[in-house]
Amino acid sequence: MRRLVEGVGVPRLLVGLFLLILFALAGLERLPVKMLISSALVRIGMNGVLVLAMLPSIRAGLGLNFGLPLGVIAGIVGMLVSLELRLSGLAGFFFALLVGVLLSLPVGYAYGLLLNRVKGEEMMVGTYTGFSAVAGMCMFWLLAPFKNPEMIWVVGGKGLRVTIPIGHRFGGVLDNLGKFSIGGVEVPTGLLLFFAFLCVLVHLFSFTRTGIAMKAAGMNPAFARASGVNVEKMRILGATLSTVLGAVGIAVYAQSLGFVQLYLAPLMMAFPAVAAVLLGGASTSRATVFNAVAGVTLFQTLLTISLPVTQSVIGGDISEVAKLIISNGMILYALTRKEA
Amino acid sequence: MKVWRKIRESLSSNPMPLVFGILCLFGVVVSGKSWSFLLQEVITRLARNWILVLSLLVPISAGLGLNFSMVLGAMAAQTGIIVMTHLKVPGMLGFLGALTVSFPIAVALGLVAGNIMNRAKGREMIAGMMLGFFMNGVYQLVFLFMVGTVIPMKNPDLMLPQGFGLRNTVELKYMKYALDNLLTVSLSGLVIPVATFVLVGLVCLGLNRLYRTKLGQDFRAVGQDMHVASVAGIDVNKTRLLAVVIATVLASLGQLVFLQNIGTLNTYNSHEQVATFAIASLLLGGATVTRATVGQALAGTFLFHLLFIVSPYAGQRLMGSPQVGEYFRVFVAYGIIAAALVVHAWETHRSVLSAAKRGLPEREADRAG
Repeated sequence: MRRLVEGVGVPRLLVGLFLLILFALAGLERLPVKMLISSALVRIGMNGVLVLAMLPSIRAGLGLNFGLPLGVIAGIVGMLVSLELRLSGLAGFFFALLVGVLLSLPVGYAYGLLLNRVKGEEMMVGTYTGFSAVAGMCMFWLLAPFKNPEMIWVVGGKGLRVTIPIGHRFGGVLDNLGKFSIGGVEVPTGLLLFFAFLCVLVHLFSFTRTGIAMKAAGMNPAFARASGVNVEKMRILGATLSTVLGAVGIAVYAQSLGFVQLYLAPLMMAFPAVAAVLLGGASTSRATVFNAVAGVTLFQTLLTISLPVTQSVIGGDISEVAKLIISNGMILYALTRKEA
Repeated sequence: MKVWRKIRESLSSNPMPLVFGILCLFGVVVSGKSWSFLLQEVITRLARNWILVLSLLVPISAGLGLNFSMVLGAMAAQTGIIVMTHLKVPGMLGFLGALTVSFPIAVALGLVAGNIMNRAKGREMIAGMMLGFFMNGVYQLVFLFMVGTVIPMKNPDLMLPQGFGLRNTVELKYMKYALDNLLTVSLSGLVIPVATFVLVGLVCLGLNRLYRTKLGQDFRAVGQDMHVASVAGIDVNKTRLLAVVIATVLASLGQLVFLQNIGTLNTYNSHEQVATFAIASLLLGGATVTRATVGQALAGTFLFHLLFIVSPYAGQRLMGSPQVGEYFRVFVAYGIIAAALVVHAWETHRSVLSAAKRGLPEREADRAG
């Protein structure tokens, strides 16, 4: 029993148990469980890439990437360019991805250079670099020279809207690609396949020469340096890859949501992603693709199902509060563990 | 003359106040607002924010860095205010009552925060920040769901129509200006809340007194080097714990003063930005992650709030949109914290490197990293 607890980990056991109770309650309350599972699948896919973005950063020894909003902003700009050109469908989505990735490369590189100068304080510096980037971009959104009337305020004719609907452009292009339903559960095939594809890429990368070097640089910088690995370069690579995945992640997120959210929306985006990968069993210095997948599955299923269940049992929406407590509690737990 | 030299020396070592002083001056000129309007606004804001900023000093001296967990103190204060507003206790009595209720809560939360930071040595700031976010969730759980269900309470003025949970905004009609109105002086059109400034003065005096006691010396010793301090017979963990408790209690006092002036409690938002704005204020005054004085706290708050007041007007004049100015001040708040953290990490990183080059023992490097 004890070995089971240690193997699975206390947080996962608790959340798993909680999840079981919620499912049992959902059954008792005669809630549409199949529909809940469908929407959980969508939320897993839509948040998955953002969680996956934590891996390169953790592996390269930069810790949890609280600077995720940097990549998110690059991804948002990519989508805005695609919208400005009035592209739609898969072409629009992939064009947005392309621009987002191209923008996130220099951003991630600069972020890596910064993090190399602040060793030991990466997480705190990352958090506030992300915060200031989000606040700084708020001014950009107000003044940016975008012209498409779908994106700017109707009144005044200037400044981007807070939320931009993209339903008719590339909203849901991945979700609806090869969508099928099995026993009443709808499966967003394209979305899940896209997520799985990126998971495989990240996993395969860890077996390449560079991937192994990066892991060594993160685990034991002194040893890595002695065996001829350029630790600084690996850290920059980790930051860059993480930022690129953040840019891809927000595009996937937005196409599922059907909206691009601007202004202060990206401010807190790093925290649920960080919490999910930790919930999946990662620590501040170790993480695998399995951790990311397991974490996002547990976390998002929990959030999806807690909303309707608590609503029908106690008559209030406790899911936002549960999200705050679980995600921030999880991060706090990881930060205070002796191992790290 | 001596004062001038001192000011010049401190400015050359940290140009932050000078740069932002010039920026403020520019903003004041561009905003086109009258001096008397700006002065009145600044006085009001200084009265309500100074204690919050001062509460950051003790943890910095004890080597805990910027105290992002001061949000916990604010939550304690809000709990006290909610209780007193529920009991309809008016004026100064309500203020003192809220102080009495919030004090034990602040002490308890301070103990929690201190213990967490002792478990997260070397990453106190991020742990403190996450603790703030976490407790925000707990706070919402208590006041949104437990009040009226687990905690028996009935008060349609404060509570949501569904029978449990507090309203988003609570009018503090019994406690508004309780402290400010105790003694106000009108000086050529400016209204000055003297009683509040007296309280601020007392806090400053208390802090200066504290630094001269044995405990104050211990804070500094622990802040400088935990190992040396513990060899010298100081209980490092207990000292750090005490520093956080004092900070949390002061923060709760600060939030009480803040809210009695504002007059409305945004039940679920009033505390969220407390730490960001207070920390940004302190840093604008030229403080760093490891060094901060009462003077820097007082001056920084002045600069930050002057900038806060003028930026929407300046945004309106320069860019034709007040919103640009509003986002600009948020950007300054976050940016200044990011810059201070970068400078701090950069310096410790560099000292580690030079220590390694000089062949100092590993321990030195460990502590700094």
